Amino acid sequence: MGFEVLFKGNNFIRLLGGLGLSLKISLLSVIISIVLGILVGLLMTAKNSYVKLLLRTYLEIVRIMPQMVLLFLVYFGVARAMGVHLSAEVSAVIVFSFWGTAEMADLVRGALTGIPAIQYESSRALGLTMVQTYRYVILPQIVRRMIPLSINLITRMIKTTSLVMMIGIVEVLKVGQQIIEANRKASPNAAFGVFATVLLLYFLACWPISCLARYLEKKWEN
Amino acid sequence: MDFGVIKEYLPLYEKAFLLTIKIGWIGILLSLVLGILVAFILFYRIPVLKLIAGAYIELFRNTPLLVQLFFLYFGLPKIGLSISAEWCGALGLGLLGGSYMAEGFRSGLEAIPVSQTESAYSLGMSKGQMFRKVILPQAFSLSIPAIVANVIFLLKETSVFSAISLMDLMFTAKDLIGLYYNTTECLFLLVLFYILMLLPVSIAGSVVEKKARYRMFGV
Repeated sequence: MGFEVLFKGNNFIRLLGGLGLSLKISLLSVIISIVLGILVGLLMTAKNSYVKLLLRTYLEIVRIMPQMVLLFLVYFGVARAMGVHLSAEVSAVIVFSFWGTAEMADLVRGALTGIPAIQYESSRALGLTMVQTYRYVILPQIVRRMIPLSINLITRMIKTTSLVMMIGIVEVLKVGQQIIEANRKASPNAAFGVFATVLLLYFLACWPISCLARYLEKKWEN
Repeated sequence: MDFGVIKEYLPLYEKAFLLTIKIGWIGILLSLVLGILVAFILFYRIPVLKLIAGAYIELFRNTPLLVQLFFLYFGLPKIGLSISAEWCGALGLGLLGGSYMAEGFRSGLEAIPVSQTESAYSLGMSKGQMFRKVILPQAFSLSIPAIVANVIFLLKETSVFSAISLMDLMFTAKDLIGLYYNTTECLFLLVLFYILMLLPVSIAGSVVEKKARYRMFGV
């Protein structure tokens, strides 16, 4: 069924290397997204209406534009418009951070506005200072809400990085294609085995993370 | 920006747009049917089927659509299952969407208090009546925000169809850029058509969400 191809030479190691590249791109993008996302999320709760309008537009763009289109815009569009050549990897990190920041910011905003006013009022009534209120009352609740959701963002990021093969990065799917092409004569059915394996590899990368997120969500449910 | 070029490319994009929409909505319909089915299997804990449904959800939620499509389109024919690119796209989208919709419906079903079922029985309703008149309408209203979010997500995911050589918007854009180098015009049209496809859904979605909320809670 085409699985034998994987055990030839260093084919399987190459597949894993491709997956490693995807994971590296997604990890980098997640870190940038979380840092920027928290900042933008805090800005979203600001009262200034210009800031609000600007950020709403940003969110709406990310909400309706497929990541693939953004990838094309940055990879082909920026090169044309500004005359700079961005490597495919850099374009991918820029696009996924742009997308991830919006997602993260929306989660932060949701968590912040989801804390009922009564929490702040009760803290005041108990005589807590502003700092104490945030330190002991507000932040612990926000962190508990945020962590499972941010972990979910990681799996979504990993899944989204599969798109980078469309702008020519040699990640796991592309390596798979190369292996199939190279062994076209010897094992004509390689496509089944190789793509099934790639599917499984992605599953093995994402599933444990999803399980962790679900476990934490259940554990911290009040 | 050269408007002559844009005018020339417009019919090509239109064709691609219609194809993307057609396959996208067939996939979304499939995902709704599949999602409801799987949600009921999980909610009523039907033995054996429940295990299959659980495995299906985990597998499809934790793998990218691009890889699923490659497996369906290039992998399956090798063991004798050939599907046309169009159906592959719709099926892939339907399977991916089904796993997301199922979770949405299930949380809708779980949010209905048991007293609703009990009251329906005590009013002398049959199981079918209880289902049709009490459970389904409420579960559906409760799941609307999740359904809307999933529909938008799935329409965006249609952008990977080009990988299995469907002549969709991405494919057309990439093809034209490669042939004539009118990058700016091609990308402009690409963005324009995606806005055309998704903005109405996004706006309609928030209206429907408000209506459903009003029906449920009167606010």
